[in-house]
Amino acid sequence: MAESQTSEQILQAHAHDEHHGHPDMEEVRTFGFWIYLMTDVIIFGTLFATYIVLQQNTDGGPGPADLFQMGGIITSTFILLASSYTCGLALLSMHKHNVKGLISWLAVTAGLGAIFIGMEIAEFNHLVHEGATIGTSAFLSAFFTLVGTHGLHVLFGLVWMIALIIQLAKRGITPVTKRKVNVISLFWHFLDVVWIFVFTVVYLMGVS
Amino acid sequence: MKRPRALRWMGLVFLLSIMLLAMTGCSENIIVLNPKGPIAEQQRDLMIISTLLCCIVIVPVLILTAVIIWRYRDKKGRKAAYTPEWEHSTKLELIWWGIPVLIILMLAIITVKATYDLEPSKPIASSEKPLTVQVTSLNWKWLFQYPEQGIASVNELKIPEDVPIRFEITADSPMNSFWIPQLGGQMYAMSGMAMTLYLQADEVGEYWGSGANFTGTDFAKMYFDVEATSKEEFDAWVEEVKTDSPKLTLEGYKQLREPSTSEVQSYSAFPEGLFEMTVTKYAASHNHGLSWKNTQNFEFEDQVTR
Amino acid sequence: MWEKIKEFASEFFVTGDPLIYGADVTIVLTLIAIVSGLTYFKKWKWLWREWLTTVDHKKIGIMYILAAFLMLFRGGVDALLMRAQLAMPELNFLPPDHYNQIFTTHGVIMILFMAMPFMFGLFNIMVPLQLGARDVAYPFLNSLSFWLFFSGAMLFNLSFVIGGSPDAGWLAYPPYSGTMYNPGVGQDFYIWGIQISGLGSLMTGINFLVTILKMRAPGMKLMKMPMFSWSVLSSCIAIIFSFPILTATLALLFLDRYAGAHFFTLDGGGNPMMYINLIWMWGHPEVYIIVLPAFGIFSEIVSTFSKKKLFGYKSMVWAMMIISVLSFLVWAHHFFTMGSGADVNAFFALTTMLIAIPTGVKVFNWLFTMFRGRITFETPMLWTIGFIPCFIVGGLTGVLLSVAPADFQFHNSYFLVAHFHQVIIGGVVFGYFAGLYYWWPKMFGFTLNERIGKWAFWFWNIGFYCCFMPQYVLGLMGMTRRVVTYSWDKGWWELNLVSTIGAVLMAIAFLFQVWQIVDGFKHQAKNRDTTGDPWNGRTLEWSIPSPAPVYNFAVLPNVSRQDEWWEQKQSAGAHQTIKQKLEPIHMPKNSGVPIVMSAFWFIAGFGFIFDWTGFIYTGLAGVVGCLLYHSFNYDTDYYIPVDEIERTEAAIRKVNI
Repeated sequence: MAESQTSEQILQAHAHDEHHGHPDMEEVRTFGFWIYLMTDVIIFGTLFATYIVLQQNTDGGPGPADLFQMGGIITSTFILLASSYTCGLALLSMHKHNVKGLISWLAVTAGLGAIFIGMEIAEFNHLVHEGATIGTSAFLSAFFTLVGTHGLHVLFGLVWMIALIIQLAKRGITPVTKRKVNVISLFWHFLDVVWIFVFTVVYLMGVS
Repeated sequence: MKRPRALRWMGLVFLLSIMLLAMTGCSENIIVLNPKGPIAEQQRDLMIISTLLCCIVIVPVLILTAVIIWRYRDKKGRKAAYTPEWEHSTKLELIWWGIPVLIILMLAIITVKATYDLEPSKPIASSEKPLTVQVTSLNWKWLFQYPEQGIASVNELKIPEDVPIRFEITADSPMNSFWIPQLGGQMYAMSGMAMTLYLQADEVGEYWGSGANFTGTDFAKMYFDVEATSKEEFDAWVEEVKTDSPKLTLEGYKQLREPSTSEVQSYSAFPEGLFEMTVTKYAASHNHGLSWKNTQNFEFEDQVTR
Repeated sequence: MWEKIKEFASEFFVTGDPLIYGADVTIVLTLIAIVSGLTYFKKWKWLWREWLTTVDHKKIGIMYILAAFLMLFRGGVDALLMRAQLAMPELNFLPPDHYNQIFTTHGVIMILFMAMPFMFGLFNIMVPLQLGARDVAYPFLNSLSFWLFFSGAMLFNLSFVIGGSPDAGWLAYPPYSGTMYNPGVGQDFYIWGIQISGLGSLMTGINFLVTILKMRAPGMKLMKMPMFSWSVLSSCIAIIFSFPILTATLALLFLDRYAGAHFFTLDGGGNPMMYINLIWMWGHPEVYIIVLPAFGIFSEIVSTFSKKKLFGYKSMVWAMMIISVLSFLVWAHHFFTMGSGADVNAFFALTTMLIAIPTGVKVFNWLFTMFRGRITFETPMLWTIGFIPCFIVGGLTGVLLSVAPADFQFHNSYFLVAHFHQVIIGGVVFGYFAGLYYWWPKMFGFTLNERIGKWAFWFWNIGFYCCFMPQYVLGLMGMTRRVVTYSWDKGWWELNLVSTIGAVLMAIAFLFQVWQIVDGFKHQAKNRDTTGDPWNGRTLEWSIPSPAPVYNFAVLPNVSRQDEWWEQKQSAGAHQTIKQKLEPIHMPKNSGVPIVMSAFWFIAGFGFIFDWTGFIYTGLAGVVGCLLYHSFNYDTDYYIPVDEIERTEAAIRKVNI
């Protein structure tokens, strides 16, 4: 059977996978993560659609303009954007094989993420004190669910990042930890992009 | 000789099921195919046309299937052609992308036209002025209000023949579906919405309707009688109800709304704006379809009960 | 104290129905039998090591199919109970509330806990073998998917004896499924059972998409891939785009019920119609998700048993991809009667009809694969031939339903019930049975008794037509779905009785299948598949021994053609691949994390259902703990040394010769 193959076909076969028929598993894992992000896009898409449909249904209760305090929101937006930037710096350090730089930038990123979460919790707290809870109206149900889901993602990313920092401290930069850093930075940037949409659709369009 | 017997069995089953269909086909019972109004009639015709169109492809394909399986079954000394490498023919494949495309195209044109013609909220062309009946799905009974006559009934719908009926449908219950098979297709009954459905009975007779969408425990008891009478008889009935039947009060409506089944009942009057109140108490921001102009003026005293 | 316990128990356990007490006793006895059997034969360790912690796709596949058969039994019993209740008018065999629970669990179980795991089982067993791969892309995730499905299914089935089953239909339309009309825990069992197993389905979708795109044998270009793998690819694409919608929608329904949110409620500005839209945006693709792999299976079988190349390979691929995409554009045809207006209805009627075109093309291609072939009628082929007319008729009624104004009359009637059973039994179930019979020797290394299999086939088919053809007519007689009973004067009883007889015939058919499998295991020594290629197959899975060794391929095959294995056999040098140089094989290690993590999901789900915070926190903390444990574990794989491969291969060949 090998005879019937042209040399070109053999070359192509080897270009497809370098290690004797094994595809590069770390690359495959990163690829899978992209697909996972796609499914997450759809989850957020569904929540956005729900929010847009229910936005006007305040049931006589408070609406976006009555509730949102843009000062805090803009601050937390900048904090999250900054954390995306520091996450990028962490990756640069990794490419320079600088473990210390990588770990410290990741730590900064996680710290900024924690501040973002803290501010979100404070905002929710404030809303609940104003009497605007998830059960007040369809608008607020959709609001808390959309923003809260994003917040849960950030929280999850935070725990994950801390776990990864410990692994990096223990093992340094290996193909596996490298892939893990790549994947979490993808996740982090993704959450940043989602937040930009939240900021625009929920907050900016809500108060204007 | 397993295989031919197998095939014969299959043929027999088909034949039996077709016979079964043909046998029951003569019966009066297949009410959807035995319409008594213009809407149901057009829907029946549409069913038959689309079935026939599909059969243009399906019958030959079924025959072809049987022939191919029979002719190319493996058997010692079989002389029929055998071409194990034959896997592609642009011409043939174009044909069977083409045939379904053509049939579906024809069906699509028919369907789109019918969809606009038979849009449920489209009035039926008639010299008669339409009669409005307001329908409310309750757990587990139907309330019919005749705003022009000022009367109401439960689980009994009387309509004059040859007069278009404008149904306004809502629910004070989980979503239901209002269906009178012999007069025409169904429409969902949804809280907070007033859906419009035009139907008409062409002949005097007794029909029935049902709730077609599941609403809980006694859902299976939501059948109601539909009686199409002459106009005179209808007027007489209205008069009779007005003189003999009790009034439906707001209190009475609240009792009626409690989960239970109900006998046929009639009421000589109902609280003004009851139907609109039922709709608006659920309508958050979407009360489209409601015929009443100033719905906001009505306020239902109690909140939605849990 | 005793009174308190009694009160709690009568709330907690489902009481008052002899049927359920009987089931309780059976469940407890079966559990005791299993546990004591395992203990007596000292099999716990074996079970844990070989099965519960396995990451081997072949074993996971077998577990999926075993679970699917159990669920088929449960769903089938539900069906028989319903048909018994409907056999005659005005029967009071099942009270309405019990009947409502049964049609709900029947639907949910058959689609989500029978069809889905059956499909995933076939994916698992065959896709890596067809692709010439050693495992799926993410073996750990694969095991996690299975155990998530399993704990979801168990949670859902638990509602039968604890708390009460859901009763709002398989898609649980609000407002009926909201707390206003449905305050019990049944609906929460529904949400969490489906939610947990749905996460598993989503992961499987990602896993197989990546497996197909990245793990194919050297030289196997996409357009040389076996048709079943193509169908899996199209199905996975639909899973990836639709299951997140289900996850989000169920989460919203849960928030309505648990946290008092107002997404789909009647008060507070909620919008129940939004749920109906969202759930069908998942629900419609879902039916194509389960039917596309069946199309793939039929394609493989038609070609093998006609001893002929599959006709119109490219058409088939295009048809499946078009179906996969179109399935997302038709959801509103499930509620033409919602009054969305003629524009909306016309659009969705058209998109629905469009699906008939690629589906029709596939039928033609199967027919012309048989044309000028040499057809033999082993059980896999019988199921395929039974499928074709059944699916054609089901397709016809599907097109009828898509004609929006006519649907106003068909909707929610038994006509609809008959239609979807015809396409799901005739398409999906027949397809999976065909696949199971076709690949059985590859899974277990022995063949099944064809004679019993044929009995099963005929009982299934005759029972099917007997059960569902009358239901079309009943629909036209105005019988609506989900009614618990009907009166004598409607004239429905003759056909209902015939339909019930059909259901019994299908139940007998199922017993034949169980007998066939038991008989197969009893006589497996006699019926051993020594060639690895009992049907004279065409694709790579038949080039290796049955059952496949743990690493599947001692040497990864080089692929240059469609039907690679068939072509190799034609050029006579069939077993030459073995002679190539062996290398150590990289394999994933077993892991107990998936089953433990799924157990924690089960606990969390149970906590959410009964609002027991202790359970919720334990469960969620356990899940996070498992994730962290797995993240810190770098010891996840190993190499099989060359001499061990040589020994394994030699042992297999000794048996084979």
